[in-house]
Amino acid sequence: MHSGEKSLLRFTTTGSVDDGKSTLIGRLLYETKSIYDDQYAAIEKTSKKKGLPEVDLAYLLDGLAAEREQGITIDVAHRYFETPRRKFIITDTPGHVQYTRNMVTGASKADCAIILIDARNGMLTQSKRHGFIISLLQIPHLIVAINKMDLVDYAGDVFNRIVEEYENYSQKLDIHDIVYIPVSALKGDNVVARSKKMPWYNGSTLLHYLENIHVAADRNLVDFRFPVQYVIRPHSDFRGFAGKIVSGTITPGEEVVILPSGKTTSIKSVTTYDGDLQEASSPQSVVLSLTDEVDVSRGDMIVRKKNLPRIANSLEAIVCWMDEKAMTMTTPYIMKHTTKSVKVRITKIVYRIDVDTLHRKSADAFLLNDIGRIEISTSTPIFFDPYKINRATGSFILIDPLTNNTVAAGMIRDAVRHIEDYADMQTEGGDLRRKSPHTIWRGLNIELADREKQNGHKAVVLWFTGLSGAGKSTIAMDLEKRLFDRNCKTVLLDGDIIRHGLCSDLGFSPADREENIRRAGEVAKIFFEHGNIVLCTFISPFKQDRAFVRSLFPEDRFIEIYVHCNIDECHKRDPNGLYEKAQSGLIKDFTGISSPYEAPETPELVLDTENLSLRKCVDVLEEFLVNNSLIPQ
Amino acid sequence: MTFLNISYLRQLESESIHIMREVAAEFKNPVMLYSVGKDSSVMVRLAQKAFYPGKFPFPLMHIDTGYKFPEMYKFREDFCQKIGARLIVEKNEEWIAKGCHPLKEGVDKCCSHLKTGALLDALRKHGFDAAFGGARREEEKSRAKERVFSLRDSFGQWDPKNQRPELWDIYNTRINEGETVRIFPLSNWTEQDIWEYIKLEKIPVVPIYFALQREVIIRNGILIPVSSDSVDDHKKVKRILCRFRSLGCIPCTGAIASEATTIDEIINEVRAAKKSERENRVIDLTSDSSMEQKKKEGYF
Repeated sequence: MHSGEKSLLRFTTTGSVDDGKSTLIGRLLYETKSIYDDQYAAIEKTSKKKGLPEVDLAYLLDGLAAEREQGITIDVAHRYFETPRRKFIITDTPGHVQYTRNMVTGASKADCAIILIDARNGMLTQSKRHGFIISLLQIPHLIVAINKMDLVDYAGDVFNRIVEEYENYSQKLDIHDIVYIPVSALKGDNVVARSKKMPWYNGSTLLHYLENIHVAADRNLVDFRFPVQYVIRPHSDFRGFAGKIVSGTITPGEEVVILPSGKTTSIKSVTTYDGDLQEASSPQSVVLSLTDEVDVSRGDMIVRKKNLPRIANSLEAIVCWMDEKAMTMTTPYIMKHTTKSVKVRITKIVYRIDVDTLHRKSADAFLLNDIGRIEISTSTPIFFDPYKINRATGSFILIDPLTNNTVAAGMIRDAVRHIEDYADMQTEGGDLRRKSPHTIWRGLNIELADREKQNGHKAVVLWFTGLSGAGKSTIAMDLEKRLFDRNCKTVLLDGDIIRHGLCSDLGFSPADREENIRRAGEVAKIFFEHGNIVLCTFISPFKQDRAFVRSLFPEDRFIEIYVHCNIDECHKRDPNGLYEKAQSGLIKDFTGISSPYEAPETPELVLDTENLSLRKCVDVLEEFLVNNSLIPQ
Repeated sequence: MTFLNISYLRQLESESIHIMREVAAEFKNPVMLYSVGKDSSVMVRLAQKAFYPGKFPFPLMHIDTGYKFPEMYKFREDFCQKIGARLIVEKNEEWIAKGCHPLKEGVDKCCSHLKTGALLDALRKHGFDAAFGGARREEEKSRAKERVFSLRDSFGQWDPKNQRPELWDIYNTRINEGETVRIFPLSNWTEQDIWEYIKLEKIPVVPIYFALQREVIIRNGILIPVSSDSVDDHKKVKRILCRFRSLGCIPCTGAIASEATTIDEIINEVRAAKKSERENRVIDLTSDSSMEQKKKEGYF
């Protein structure tokens, strides 16, 4: 096999001090003939100098003078070896408690992790810690190598006991593929060659396993995500967007959306130095050119039209704190997520995880090596997938704006949208909104739950979207009357009304539309927080803008209602004579005529006003509210 | 290359391209350190690929000690002209004028003046905030510990015990006033990968990588090529079929006995090699920590 055709496996090794990790790697390198004579001679010299009876392969790994002096591993080291089947990159990470940050660093890109356990000691607190970090980072494959079997007389029951112990622990973790291998790194049992001393073990040797792990299946080839790195414009005829396909695949001709603008276009070419490609997939680095002249810059993301990432400006994430300086709620950290850097604030510490017991503890701040769940508010919305689904779009780092150090590694769980977190936020005075400088957000004077109790119904936002003339306002006005008769507290926010006052400074360009919807969303939020049923009728043609509004509310309290009607029918209705004006060119950027309408893909409700009567539409809505316990029977 | 199973070399290629684009996008004034060797040749090709169909948006810079092989100078000029790259050549003129030489000043001191000193001066002179280097982690044990983005303080120094965590493919490119970053896009490449890629991509390299009968003297087991400066006793000169496995300054770069005259033969030789790539580099052999020490002072 031509070695360039081999597949690649990145694995990380970790263990407690003296578990024999360096010896194990040394053994793998030695037996795959990856140690050079002069390197071997150097460690032989060092071993002799230290008065050791045999050559300690561990010295091969300790690249820094301080490591050789102290006999410990301080920092992540990278090693390379190959077999006829595969190429391997080892990131060797220190196992000491104080070096958790290095373990996270070394493990972040790994396909597979090896945890070493000393057969004499069994599972230690640190073995659990390592398992937990591997689970957190979603490394797909874990090998627990139970080492120093030679020192326990190669006893099967010692091995079985440790396996059972680890199995019990790992049930609490999120790791799907775990294997256990009894080895002696020093003597070479079951590392490369099968051991004759452990006939009771029928599984693979370590190397055999590493050579055969199927990693292609771990790649996300479904969700096309292309964070734009760099714009390439060599001459006026070519404008391309350079980046790495971090997940998924793409072919020329496919329809795509540019985020955050929401503009749709399609792929004209997938360009590379070696010629245009008919298909490209993760992890290729390519240049995409588009069929339309749309505005795209670094930090934007190109995705497929029918497969969008999530969008939010308040996120829930697990972070590992990596800086000597403790986390603070007042520092405006810089978040680097894909190719985008945004200012963020940590708004809440949900809990710290005691990695030894996996118990959740309350915490005021995270210190070096702490791991836990936090909420983050970002200055501009970001596009992400949960880390579990997509490592590339679900991960981020935090940077201290003063020292420029990387202070945290983060894994996004989701947007902050749950009602209980929402209630917590109110009582704790957290701030999930973008705010102007010099303003202080105070918690609500009266809690939402208390208002809801008094009102006898839940607060909820009903967002009516659809073409002009589809019937949004008519339906909303009728529904509001019915709710009023039921003694519900209601507010009606109508696009036209908002544009006459609050948004009278805005036009109909995509940017102005976005701002219009943002303001409407924020106003709706204030009324929502005060216990109202907020009926919002806005054309709101862009998916991205509606997604932003959605992100402001708890999951089950934002009801998107797509009021659907054919454009010709709308035109015929034309209640305000707008279609007429649009067609004659008097109104620019009119939705449906000269500006696109992006229909919702998964609205909570669709009301087809061509076929349903007004009365029926309102019935459907009322029923929906009752069935979801938002208003009483 | 199959669609689902992207080969090892293409994965390395994509990773390197990604790194280069991040640097071009986020630094104000990057430069690519060009040492004329095989790794530099590969690095330049990757830069061409990263910005294709445009040109790579940074100059190449060669820190010249004046002691390079004549074939290297010729290759440098031809190569840079052919690809249309902007080449900056910088030297420590002061010490070159003083006749700085490893046999006189000692290997470490000579390197410190002609390479490290010249590099740091050149970075300052041109105001470069980021410099690509072709170093690979596999080459040497302290390099195995280095990040892809390696932060250097205002004196160009590396602090191995205080490196920034480097997570996923997310690189922190923010630096404070006076700091610079060395970026190693070939971090994960091995010597063998470099040769496989040179073959795959038909990348030109300096001809002295290939075996030829050469006049050398044997010093401490290393084949030192004959040059008027370093040979004191002409009776010791031997003709040996040899090649250069890595390229440096003439007085400090040894050849290895080799019959490899084609890239395929080199690949086979590297695969079967019993000694590491820098075996013939006098500069690495002065002590167990010589490279780490040099890097701490600002070496490449």
